[in-house]
Amino acid sequence: MSVLFPEPNKDRPVPPLGKGLPPLYDGSLIGKKDFVEEAVCPIEATVPLGEEAEEAERLGIAAKPDPTVPVIDAQRIRIWYGTPKGAVRAVDDVSFYIGKGEILGLVGESGSGKSTIGRGLLGLLPDGSVMDGKLEFKGEDLLALTDKERFKMRGRNLAMIFQEPLTRLNPLMRVSEHFTETLRTHFPKMTDAEIEERSLSVLKTIGIPPTRWMAYPHEFSGGMRQRIMIALALVLRPAFVVADEPTTALDVLVEAQIVRILRDLKEEFDTALLLITHNLGIIAEACDRVAVMYAGKIVEIGDAREVFANPQHPYTQELLRSTITLTTDGLHSIPGAPPNLIDPPSGCHFHPRCPRAMKQCALAEPPMRNVHGGDSKPGTTDAACWLNPALSFPEENRAPLEREAIADAEEA
Amino acid sequence: MTQTVLDVENLKIHFHLRGSGLSRLLGKEGGVVKAVDDITIELQRGEVLGLVGESGSGKTTLGRAVLGLVPTTSGSIEYTSSDSGEAVDISKLKGKALRKQRTELQMVFQDPNAALNPSMTIETQVGHPLVVHGRAKGEELKRKVADVLERVGLSPAEQFMSKYPSDLSGGQKQRAVIARAIILEPEVLVADEPVSMLDMSVRAKILQLMLNLKNDLGLTYIYITHDLATAKFFCDRVAIMYLGKIVEIGPTAEIFAHPRHPYTQALLKAIPDVDPTKLVPRDLPRGEIPDAARPPRGCSFHPRCPLAKAECGWEPRDLKSLVEEHWTRVPVDEFEHESMVVGGLVELNTDAGSVKVQPTKGGTVDEIWAMFTRIKEENPNEPLWTGVTRMEKVADGVEFDFAEPAEIFLHPAGESEVACVRY
Repeated sequence: MSVLFPEPNKDRPVPPLGKGLPPLYDGSLIGKKDFVEEAVCPIEATVPLGEEAEEAERLGIAAKPDPTVPVIDAQRIRIWYGTPKGAVRAVDDVSFYIGKGEILGLVGESGSGKSTIGRGLLGLLPDGSVMDGKLEFKGEDLLALTDKERFKMRGRNLAMIFQEPLTRLNPLMRVSEHFTETLRTHFPKMTDAEIEERSLSVLKTIGIPPTRWMAYPHEFSGGMRQRIMIALALVLRPAFVVADEPTTALDVLVEAQIVRILRDLKEEFDTALLLITHNLGIIAEACDRVAVMYAGKIVEIGDAREVFANPQHPYTQELLRSTITLTTDGLHSIPGAPPNLIDPPSGCHFHPRCPRAMKQCALAEPPMRNVHGGDSKPGTTDAACWLNPALSFPEENRAPLEREAIADAEEA
Repeated sequence: MTQTVLDVENLKIHFHLRGSGLSRLLGKEGGVVKAVDDITIELQRGEVLGLVGESGSGKTTLGRAVLGLVPTTSGSIEYTSSDSGEAVDISKLKGKALRKQRTELQMVFQDPNAALNPSMTIETQVGHPLVVHGRAKGEELKRKVADVLERVGLSPAEQFMSKYPSDLSGGQKQRAVIARAIILEPEVLVADEPVSMLDMSVRAKILQLMLNLKNDLGLTYIYITHDLATAKFFCDRVAIMYLGKIVEIGPTAEIFAHPRHPYTQALLKAIPDVDPTKLVPRDLPRGEIPDAARPPRGCSFHPRCPLAKAECGWEPRDLKSLVEEHWTRVPVDEFEHESMVVGGLVELNTDAGSVKVQPTKGGTVDEIWAMFTRIKEENPNEPLWTGVTRMEKVADGVEFDFAEPAEIFLHPAGESEVACVRY
């Protein structure tokens, strides 16, 4: 057996392709029950989502449109890809919400599942993938919609800003034609004058002069093209936008300009934004809250200032330490490599690389809990780590985990 | 004792654009892109020199020219070997002599996925340079490959030798690329963005490996990057490039402690910090790196420079950008009226020292005059106006004269050298 690619664990059931996932979230306790059984010591179960939902329905509060309802409410989302070697658990049991006008940063290394989440939220997953869990947009269940209904939601309610603006704009279409196509698809009765007026007003706020209305994409620089992409997403005034690595191909000064535009979106358009990036600096610059992903799971989520000032999960701490900034005076790196998601490690996915791993970490998956104990509170952090003092487990499992040394070459 | 390994003098690399079929038939020249424009730089043995700049600044072209991978237009690249002590001009070498020279100068490429041949095993491609130059074969070749793989951390080497690039992770591929570059025991390594395609947690490992190799093998590096943070950590000296020219060069500590060129200052301010309480300032340079085929007059950075003065090389094209910027702020009907009066402003597409804006059929000179007056009143502190020596209403339009640009060259300032009129 190769060191690099261990064979899949035969004991773990792998779902057959095309047959969907084994149920995790069906409004009941299944996911949590599994977890409780796996754990050496049962932890206090919180009120399950199902009961909460039933209670809300009984009280009649679920039906009313509520301004406090988050724009996006994702609960226990799983997205798996089918491959000949088995199912890749790209996103495995991830929960988060995004409020109105809020920017949630999703940060992680390549292969952590952050882009998959972004596409999953919009229903743009490729064939051969399955998604389950609960995904609500302003209280509406997105996963219950038909493909046609979801198609209608996209653009008008949910939009996406892609990474490479050059490949996403049609080289044979003028800027005006891009906007006309976008607006006509959703508002067939709109007149040309209305389209031009609405598009130009958005382009102006993004910094594109109206003289460029009839220009072709190749006549613009990289930063200008990304501005056009952002304007194309915003012209329909969507309540929710996913921006997937929007500045990766851009230079530092232009990147700063684009980040500023994204940061200003909420003032101008009141848009909820999911900003996906591997650049911690951009998260710190633009986001209200941040979710840190590792190997298909969110390991830490909370107020951006708090997460950067007091990172709770060892992965967040190590990631921040290994980031090279202008104040770096020593090199630091995380030993080992991210796991193979066909057969992820038992317990906490980070335990084989974690400098503070305990015996417990290899035995059971840590639950997501507020670091101060109790429920999530605004301005604080939730982390999935057994080091959280609010979690209890047998004292003997607190002993440091003994592991084989990680070879230098066995890295990402 | 410092010893010069590479001495680049007045190097120019210009690329000719073909132009359209019609203009070639008419015998018109296409444009010229000055990718590297009159660069003089020295590389000392054992140092790490950083070439830092945005895309299109010419840093990669300069790095490739050092290896003789790009034909030069003029100037010289003198390389002094430590063995023979003889100096050769790489830019004049051709064919066999150039290939032989490359054993002493090697390159680490940016994208390890593209730099490795997907159908060759690691053993074959890492050992390939030895075969090409006839340095080793058979058992000796195998032993040398195993040694170099161990050295770059791909150990146990036997396990990696039979692997294909697709079996390796990004960091491992980059290690293999480095192994292939050092197997000929070169003196100079040109590393073109060696870590920019890698994940954050791996970057540090590859940089550490490169530092270790430098100390163990006595290598000299040219480190090409757009990332000032890694340059600060990795380099002994840094040259900041903008549009084919070096705008500032000096010891790393000096450049980062006392950035003098407004472009360097802006780059340093624009890096987003992981501390959310420290936000990037809002007064960053506007716009983007200009078209290299039609570089600005005077200092290339002047259209974006917040500190620009009269003699920086203001020109009609800057006036056009200013008008367009003004149009992003005014209501649509005002834009429609103003653009009807002045038309497409095509007369401003020039870098001449003076220009006349004439009204279209529907507009009058007075309306143009009123528009420019309004734009000037909007922001009287706009640096462009310092460079306008005359704005005058004449019978058939509004005339502008621009100040003559000062000559820009590298001046010593503190421990660095800066190409800016302010020094």
